[in-house]
Amino acid sequence: MTGPLLWIILGMSLVTLVPRWLPVWIVDRFRPPEWVHDWLNNIPYAALGALIFPGILSVVKEEPSIGLIGGIAAAGMAFFRFHILFVIFGAILTVIVAKALL
Amino acid sequence: MELKTHENPQAKKTAFQQGISAAVPIMAGYLPIAITFGVIAQQTGIPLIHSVLMSSLVFAGASQFMAVNMLGAGAGGLEIILATFVLNSRHFVMGLSLMNILRKAPTPWKIALSSGITDETFAVTSLQKEKANPLFAAGLILTSYAAWVSGTLIGGLLSNMIPPSISASMSISLYAMFIGLLVPAVRESWKWGLIALISMGLNTWFDMFLSSGWAIVLATIMGGGIGVPIVRRKKK
Repeated sequence: MTGPLLWIILGMSLVTLVPRWLPVWIVDRFRPPEWVHDWLNNIPYAALGALIFPGILSVVKEEPSIGLIGGIAAAGMAFFRFHILFVIFGAILTVIVAKALL
Repeated sequence: MELKTHENPQAKKTAFQQGISAAVPIMAGYLPIAITFGVIAQQTGIPLIHSVLMSSLVFAGASQFMAVNMLGAGAGGLEIILATFVLNSRHFVMGLSLMNILRKAPTPWKIALSSGITDETFAVTSLQKEKANPLFAAGLILTSYAAWVSGTLIGGLLSNMIPPSISASMSISLYAMFIGLLVPAVRESWKWGLIALISMGLNTWFDMFLSSGWAIVLATIMGGGIGVPIVRRKKK
């Protein structure tokens, strides 16, 4: 298993690094128009949305509501400007409690 | 190795250190997940050196969990590599966006920093618009990378002591971090919240017939695109 496993890891590394590197090559060659600039500026927020939902429902696969409760707790804490570390640990605690109760 | 953006060496040090501090929440998110990865990899029968090597060379959590899962299920190498590509190609879109911030950096810096793009390093770097510069990104990425690799090592070493079932409660931590990043942006402007909601809706829809990696890629691209007229209207 060890031999092929090394090749799998190297292959995974390559196919992960190429999409990460490609933008360097592209951006050095083209000057994007204004709307592309706006679009790229929106990407972080669109990415956050897509990364949060619906993935958060699979925190506990059998009980989607647990992830949702943890997410709502995190959003509440973030809204009241808690430090992000409290938001993270608060969400973990909420999930532990919710799992015990549900 | 000259960075034209800062002349003052004191300022360089500060930007790097600011990057390290900005990575603390990422560390808090990565350590438990990386430890879980180390535990699960060990329990799947992957030698410790290979799981640490995977974390060092791939540095993309979701795809690593998927690879271990597939290895455990006896999947072929090509299948695993292809699935990794599909899942991680989203970093291409993030990289394009990141290049806006790193525009003035020399090419070797761009390549080195791009190698460390993950969902989390990208999100934190790109939301710190005024502070984000190459040294800031370097401090942030190196710290996050160190947490990911060392967490994997710790997990592998502790695998006999930690039950894999704790991973479920820990897996909320990355989502909590994403939420903790998004909410302050929404407080600043409802536009960002609307764009995030549109992209959530699109992702939910795409998730029904695409792999989750492709669904995230498409939802991000389209959500950002639909957001262009939203941002434009507000500007005028």
